Amino acid sequence: MSAVSNSSGLVRAAESSSGGVWAAAWRRLKTDRVGVASMGIVGVFLVIVLLAATNLVASSWQQEVGVPNAPPTLLGPQPQEDTGTIAAPKGPNVDLSDIDPLAPRYAEWAERAKAFKTEEVTKAETLPLGGDRLGRDVLAKVIKGAEVSIVVGLAAAVVATLIGTLLGALSGFFGGKVGDLLEWVYNVFTAIPSILLIFAFAAIFPRGIGAVVAILALTGWTGIYRLIRAEFMKHRVREYVRSAEAIGASQASRMFKHILPNVSHVALVQLSLHVVSFIKSEVILSYLGLGVGVDQVSWGTMLAEAQNELILGYWWQLAAVTACMAVFVTAFALFTDALRDALDPKLRGLE
Amino acid sequence: MAAYLIRRLWQMIPTLLGVVLLVFFLFKYFGSDPAIILGGLNASPEQIESIREQLGLNKPVWEQLWIFIQQIVTFDWGKSWATNESVANLFATRLPATLTVTVPILILEVALAIPFALAVATVRGSLTDRTVMVCTTVAVSISLLVYVILAQYLFAFRLGWFPVQGWTSSHWTNLTTYAPLPILVAVAVSMAPQIRLYRSFFLDEIGHDYVRTARAKGMTEGTVLLKHVLRNAMIPILTNVSVLLPGVLVGSFLIEVFFSIPGLGRELLLAVNRGDYPVIQAFAIYLAALTMTVNLLVDVLYKFVDPRVVLK
Repeated sequence: MSAVSNSSGLVRAAESSSGGVWAAAWRRLKTDRVGVASMGIVGVFLVIVLLAATNLVASSWQQEVGVPNAPPTLLGPQPQEDTGTIAAPKGPNVDLSDIDPLAPRYAEWAERAKAFKTEEVTKAETLPLGGDRLGRDVLAKVIKGAEVSIVVGLAAAVVATLIGTLLGALSGFFGGKVGDLLEWVYNVFTAIPSILLIFAFAAIFPRGIGAVVAILALTGWTGIYRLIRAEFMKHRVREYVRSAEAIGASQASRMFKHILPNVSHVALVQLSLHVVSFIKSEVILSYLGLGVGVDQVSWGTMLAEAQNELILGYWWQLAAVTACMAVFVTAFALFTDALRDALDPKLRGLE
Repeated sequence: MAAYLIRRLWQMIPTLLGVVLLVFFLFKYFGSDPAIILGGLNASPEQIESIREQLGLNKPVWEQLWIFIQQIVTFDWGKSWATNESVANLFATRLPATLTVTVPILILEVALAIPFALAVATVRGSLTDRTVMVCTTVAVSISLLVYVILAQYLFAFRLGWFPVQGWTSSHWTNLTTYAPLPILVAVAVSMAPQIRLYRSFFLDEIGHDYVRTARAKGMTEGTVLLKHVLRNAMIPILTNVSVLLPGVLVGSFLIEVFFSIPGLGRELLLAVNRGDYPVIQAFAIYLAALTMTVNLLVDVLYKFVDPRVVLK
């Protein structure tokens, strides 16, 4: 008894000194300067997304705060258009009150109109990043759009990873009939070109954030499944799993308590990789009108509007979305690379 | 070889059956009721009922599935719900436009990416290499939409080098007048990821022992790269091309939408927007079959590229 407690004490001591695989990965990640910088940028974006999701910023993105197509503040207001003046007619007014059928009621209407007040709203001539064709603030829209696009990308990647990991674990661990069945499902899903599969799902789902997440996750889990399956097949016959089996660990316990932590880095890197590709897909789906609903804004719907604005010379919405998306996606991709290097040092420098 | 082909074709059957089942049940149980889509907003319950009767929606599910399979095997999909055009005719008339754009794209992007990637790989670690890698990373992160919007605006609308969009019934005019800008944009956009990928293939090969041996024998760098490295790297490149090949059929749907090219991709998108189920189902099933056939052909091609490959 004392020997057992002794050895577990040793294990704990070893853990606290080395800190385990995650701490080691964190240490490696910290030394990667590009990785830390990109993680910082991703972090800033996530904070903005959180603020937008809790309606602390950009909650009033739908309000028309500026003049239509207000230029960015840096450029200054649009030059006044020369509207021309109509010369006031000369000569006496002709009195039409004897033949105008509405004439008796003018006084009454004027009386009633006094009950209402017209509020003069001064609309901003310029906005920080300009305005769209309705005069909505592009800055607020780009933040709200970031919220939608990033949340969709993250949620879809999480769901796809869950599906892929669960099916991959079942297929890799059990093999045999279960494995064959899941392999067949995998073959079916990969036989249809992915864009067609996405369109087929889009045809039957309604529009909205949840539907986009479902479409992307249901069509995007196959790659993760394949990798996790291979990992489980490899680990299933390893000694530590056999030992766990020998002392009576159940199948579920072996799958999720013993093997899963050892392959979770693969799932994490895949999750990260899929976030980027799903954000890009969401943008394209929303652009085509198959994505988020009409009362929502995402980077894709903004690009759809920006296309028509560009021809009229209003380039700021396009520039804002492009810059925002490029920064986030680049940072996330670099972060993913750093994460992969940190979690799997063997792979470093292969690419 | 014949035995191999027969076995591979035999293996395709369960997968194809799965595709058919997936498409059938997806639209059957998750899609909206076809009778309501077809009937429109003002249809009376009797009209909807009669459409259901006509389409055989009141029959048991297995009987509907059997009709569905018969349609696939006989290539008879009936007519598009939206335009009443037969689906087979839709395929035949839209395919040439798609191929006019996608075939040159595929040829150009592979033919251009290989020399670029090889050049970048030979100067690995240098400033040029790092600059190209950073540029491609940033270029990949910008949405395809932005490139298309900007290129159409700049080259067609502003500079007037190309028509903004258009299409005629003459293949030659299409290829020389209307297709160049879409092709140019698509090739330029796909260059960045292709160069990254091919560069990693080349680097992988350059690290092998046989390259060192070849250099030690006193071969010129050109011979080493073009005769040894290139030929060995052709295998992963070929695999990648086989991944791209099915895209030749619908892959450029965004380009088609932007430039109003009456191809398969644009037709598919229209079908999705109209809820035109027969068109979507036919596309999904036939393109899946085509994709599998292409994959089989590529596997056979390996044999010719690399004599070491044994088909079993």
